[in-house]
Order: sequence, then C-alpha cells, then structure tokens
Amino acid sequence: MSVIRIPPALRSEAGGAREVEASGATLRELLDDLATRMPALGSRVYDSGKIQPFVNVYVDGEDARTRDGLDTPVREGSTVILLPAMAGGC
Amino acid sequence: MVASSLLDLIGNTPLVELRRLSPPGRHIYAKLEGQNPTGSIKDRVALAMVEAADLVPGQELLEPTSGNTGISLALVAKLKGLKLTCVMPDNATPERRALLELYGATIVDSPGREGSNGAVRLAQEIVERDGRYTMLFQYANEANPRAHYEGTGAEIVRDLPRVDALVAGLGTGGTLMGTGARVRETFPGAQIVAAEPLPGDPVMGLRSLEDGYVPPILDVSKLDRKLLVSNTEAAAAARVLLDREGLFAGVSSGAVVHVARRIAEELPEGSVVACVLADGGWKYLSAPFWQGAEIDEAVLWW
Repeated sequence: MSVIRIPPALRSEAGGAREVEASGATLRELLDDLATRMPALGSRVYDSGKIQPFVNVYVDGEDARTRDGLDTPVREGSTVILLPAMAGGC
Repeated sequence: MVASSLLDLIGNTPLVELRRLSPPGRHIYAKLEGQNPTGSIKDRVALAMVEAADLVPGQELLEPTSGNTGISLALVAKLKGLKLTCVMPDNATPERRALLELYGATIVDSPGREGSNGAVRLAQEIVERDGRYTMLFQYANEANPRAHYEGTGAEIVRDLPRVDALVAGLGTGGTLMGTGARVRETFPGAQIVAAEPLPGDPVMGLRSLEDGYVPPILDVSKLDRKLLVSNTEAAAAARVLLDREGLFAGVSSGAVVHVARRIAEELPEGSVVACVLADGGWKYLSAPFWQGAEIDEAVLWW
C-alpha cells in the first residue's frame, strides 16, 4: 500500500480525507485503484489515461512527468502527493 | 570597475565552489545572484522585460510579485522614468514590502492565502479594467527566459569547463528554461533540474483545481528532474549554507542547494553541478527560522 496525500482543493472528493491509501506497482495501477474506490477523485486527477493538466503528481517527492509518467514505479510504502499546479516566483 | 549606470551592473555574477557541501569527488558551484544591484536574479528579468516593452517615460507598470521582481522592476522603472504598482500577497515579509516602498513602488495587497496565484489573478483584473497600466507579466514574457539564456546561462558556460547538472528554483520557469537551454547547447548531456516548493495546506487555501496555473513560459518537458522541497528542508539547507560556507542566501537558495547535493551524490565522481542561488538572505531576516524556529508552512517563500 502507498499513501496518497490529497490537497485541500480535492478533499471534498475524498470525503474530507487528507490522505488515502491505494495499491499498485506503477502510478497508473495506483490511480486506477484510487479511481475504483473514489471515482469522483479519480476523474479529477486523471482522465483518458492522462494526468489532468492542472494537477501535479509526485512519487516520493519527484514529479511523475519528469520520470516515467503513469508508468513511474511505485514502491511499497511510497508517498504520492497530489498538488494543484501553482505559480511560484517572487 | 566603473559603470555609468546601476543597470550596467546587472548580471555577470560570480560562481563559487561549495567545497564543504559538495559530496567527495563532486563539485557544486553556486552562482551568486544576490550580488545583482537590488540583491536578486530578478534584476536580469526586470531589465530585459522593460527594454523589450519599449515604454515611454510616464507610462505605468503593474506587476503581480511577492517581492524580488517588484524590487527589481522598481529600480529599472525609477531609472527609466516609469511608475510601478505591485500586486503582492499580504503575508510577504516586511523587508520586501518596505524595500518596494523605498524604491518608490505603489503596493496593492492580494490575499496571502492565495499565494502567487491570487496576486496574478488580481493583477489581471486591475489591468483589464484600467487601461493606464501595462503588465509585463513575467510568467508569460519571453524576455524572462531570454534574459537567462543570454545572461545567466551564457555566463555559466563561459565560466565552467564542464556542467553535468544545472539546478535552479522553479517559480515562473524563466531561470530554468533560459539557463537550461543555454547550458544544454554547450553541454548536451547536462541534466536540467528544478527545485520546487512544496506548498503547505494554508498556501493552497480554498482554491479549486480550476484556479491552478502553469506559467506559459514553462515547458515541463524541458526539465529532466523536478523535485519537491519542503519549507523545512529549504530553511535547514539555508542554515547549513550559512554555517558551513558562510553564504547568506534566501529560502529558495536553500532548496536549490538541498537538491544540488542530492543530484551531486547520484552523479559519478568528477561531476560538476551548477546551481543558481536567486537571492541573499537579507529579505528574509525577519523570519524566525534563522534562530532555529520552525519555518512558516503557510507562506510560499518563492
């Protein structure tokens, strides 16, 4: 099992939870598992096999887009963080 | 060295090796952008954007900024006879606010809990309803990455014989896009690595996903790595940088050094990691983390 951290903007789709658990050996399997159990949350995060453009998904602190996307391996006990895309830069 | 204008002293910042923080056999070099005239890398961006906009004296600029870009724009605006209004989150540090006012800028507050996104949104609303303002908008202005391509990046490849990785903070994406492109032209195998702030819950506030924002100048496909750094990790690294190297740098620089050390450890012996330290620690002096207190997760520090 891995822990998925949910940002405030998506907690209503996760029943208010700050974190949920899901299982899978890749990010795709993990998000599929999440979408099966929480369909509303799943579709906000990824749709038609792609991560939604305004969502960043991090596996152990690294953006999945600069790794192997949905094929990024997920280890037992990994932490996955979902974040809305935000502008930084002062 | 004698310059005829402070603007001529923007750029050409030094690189210094972080010998005490580099893993054995690897070399981390820090580019000290805090040595620009207003103390940050944004001097490069401000000058490039104003010159590209071809404004006439008396025109008014308005920019969403939580500090550094505003201070840089304020200097450039002053020397070019332009007026400047900055839209900034109301929880930015007092030093940055005071500096902006001293440089002559007008400040409009945006809700701190909405972070930079909130400042961007409010600035866009103001510009839409008031035609006297020109927004240079660093998030979408091609002069931003170009300043780094022609300046920051060109200086790094001029000064270092080898670069295996470039690490910089991710904000607008300007530094990483421009510097990264220039570094990769000379050193095609170099990894371009982003250090990205992990926003605390309060920073994300009540915004919905649809309020998310990806700066138009940022192309994530040009990055090889993109790593989250918490405020706590960034502040700890900023302290280590000061304690071990005597280098007083800002929070984003702490994050960049944190990532640079990790990347350097992954690379083979002899590797060179260049990292860009965007500003000095002065504008964060009021923040209690320098004295060992926990850093405020409710603030987006860069």
